[in-house]
Amino acid sequence: MDVISTTQAGLLVLSIKSPRIDAAAAITFKDAVRASTNAWDGAVLLDLTEVQFIDSSGLGAIVAIKKALGKDRTMILAGLTETVAKVFKLTRMDSVFSLYDTLEMAIADQSDTPTTQVAL
Amino acid sequence: MTDTQINVSFQAREDAVRDAIDRLMTQLRPWGLDSDMAGTVELVIAEALNNVVEHAYANTSPPCPVHVACERQAGGVSIRIVDEGAEMPDGQLPMGLAPDVDVDLMDLPEGGFGWFLIRDLAQDVEYRRAGAQNVLNLRLDLALS
Repeated sequence: MDVISTTQAGLLVLSIKSPRIDAAAAITFKDAVRASTNAWDGAVLLDLTEVQFIDSSGLGAIVAIKKALGKDRTMILAGLTETVAKVFKLTRMDSVFSLYDTLEMAIADQSDTPTTQVAL
Repeated sequence: MTDTQINVSFQAREDAVRDAIDRLMTQLRPWGLDSDMAGTVELVIAEALNNVVEHAYANTSPPCPVHVACERQAGGVSIRIVDEGAEMPDGQLPMGLAPDVDVDLMDLPEGGFGWFLIRDLAQDVEYRRAGAQNVLNLRLDLALS
């Protein structure tokens, strides 16, 4: 699975270039994200803008990634479609993750927090 | 005039589930489901088919046939999934209780959501063993136009 990695507003942004995180993709997805986060100490943003569908296996993989990041590295999810957001809401996983409708909203929110603000 | 019944059959494998769902959703398009309804149908069928592949056919060598039938009805869609794999434990559907997420990070559940999602989204979820077959029937109440 292709994962594009960039840093924005002090976050490691991982853009998932796949329309589905399902049972068939869950393990490669998990491995690809873990490989990208190994050498990073800060917060991680998973950009799901291109993901149209996620099932319970995909949800489980995202939870596993959050556990692997541990308590000190925040995990933010952005770009959730209606269908993807529904899976998080129904399972109440929306209370576990910081969720944003768009990548821009997530980045703007992070930029507003004093700890990551930079002098212009 | 669109078909009111859609049938898709396939051999159980994880990557075959994706292809089967893709075919189903393409054929369902004339029924006029909006994106939210289509997402619900796709999710429920995906969870049920993943269960067939991962459990019913977990220790079976091919052939592993799976048949999915969707019927458009007044007020929704009825779905029947038939396979020839192992019977459900105790001949019953899992309870599908919501996994607890109010726990420490390391105790967060990574599975057990499949049947919860099916039972939460679908109505009249019913399982029976018929000879060598598992038959799952369920209905999705959708405001089809």
